[in-house]
Amino acid sequence: MRFLVMRWIWIDRFVEFHRGKAARAVKNLSLAEDHFADHFPGFPVMPAALMLEGLAQAGGILVGELNEFREKVVLAKIPAARFFGEALAGDQLIYDVEVLHARPEGASVLGKVSVAANGKSALIAEAEIFFAYLDQARSRQLFGEHNFVFGSELRLLLDSVRVLAEQSDAQKALAAQEV
Amino acid sequence: MLSQDQIYSKVSATLVEALNVDEDDITPEATLQGDLGAESIDFLDIVFRLEREFGIKIPRGELFPESIFQGDPDFVQNGRVTDKGLSELRARMPFADLSDFEKNPEVTAISDLFTVHMIARYIQGKLDAPNGN
Repeated sequence: MRFLVMRWIWIDRFVEFHRGKAARAVKNLSLAEDHFADHFPGFPVMPAALMLEGLAQAGGILVGELNEFREKVVLAKIPAARFFGEALAGDQLIYDVEVLHARPEGASVLGKVSVAANGKSALIAEAEIFFAYLDQARSRQLFGEHNFVFGSELRLLLDSVRVLAEQSDAQKALAAQEV
Repeated sequence: MLSQDQIYSKVSATLVEALNVDEDDITPEATLQGDLGAESIDFLDIVFRLEREFGIKIPRGELFPESIFQGDPDFVQNGRVTDKGLSELRARMPFADLSDFEKNPEVTAISDLFTVHMIARYIQGKLDAPNGN
């Protein structure tokens, strides 16, 4: 018997990554995605909760990279979220996340979702997202050593993030030299 | 330099944002968990906002100590805080008002120490410190 593993990646690719500061990721919406079948039949719109999940994944990776993905970064609180428009199949979502505040226990991020279509982009959602670092001792007790947050599924994304971060660092170093 | 009233007022506004409560719910003696419904993640939110609002650094565990007694029998016996424990509490939280707590020092009542007034006193202390932070 084959078990189907559900995928839970709500971003497709990082296009910019500035370590500890900000990042940009894109997600392409496809009519083939399961959620469009039910939300809603005859009027497929991207559910707000899944947009928030994409923002949280982008933000969680931005924040997690600060500790080389060793910490288990989990979504802890969304103090505010606003939605201004809809996203439809065929749209490309652009997730912009920016670190507002980082501490040893957690971090807060400002996330914005824009829709790009026909060469234009429009802001359709905005949220402040709080991440907590699962207490190392406690999570070992509950879940063992395996880092289930930054696991194998996200491997490709995390590797791409390292490359982008290095490129961004190199560009900054070059700019600093030219001054 | 901010006056006590100004500090209280900014702390109050911060709690309204962090905890999603009405301004009217905020009184000096209101407890964060009991009266204002704060959850553990809210404490982190409060610390973030206070740091931003007042431009100070709040070291981990300074405002909201994470585990004051660590189950040490010197500090806690039969669910009550010992005299040694009270001294430890006074040392860790000089900005807290322990007068009521001392009368009946049940460990479960420690969360009642976290009041709006306590935060205002802590901020006052940070702002008054010679180095700032």
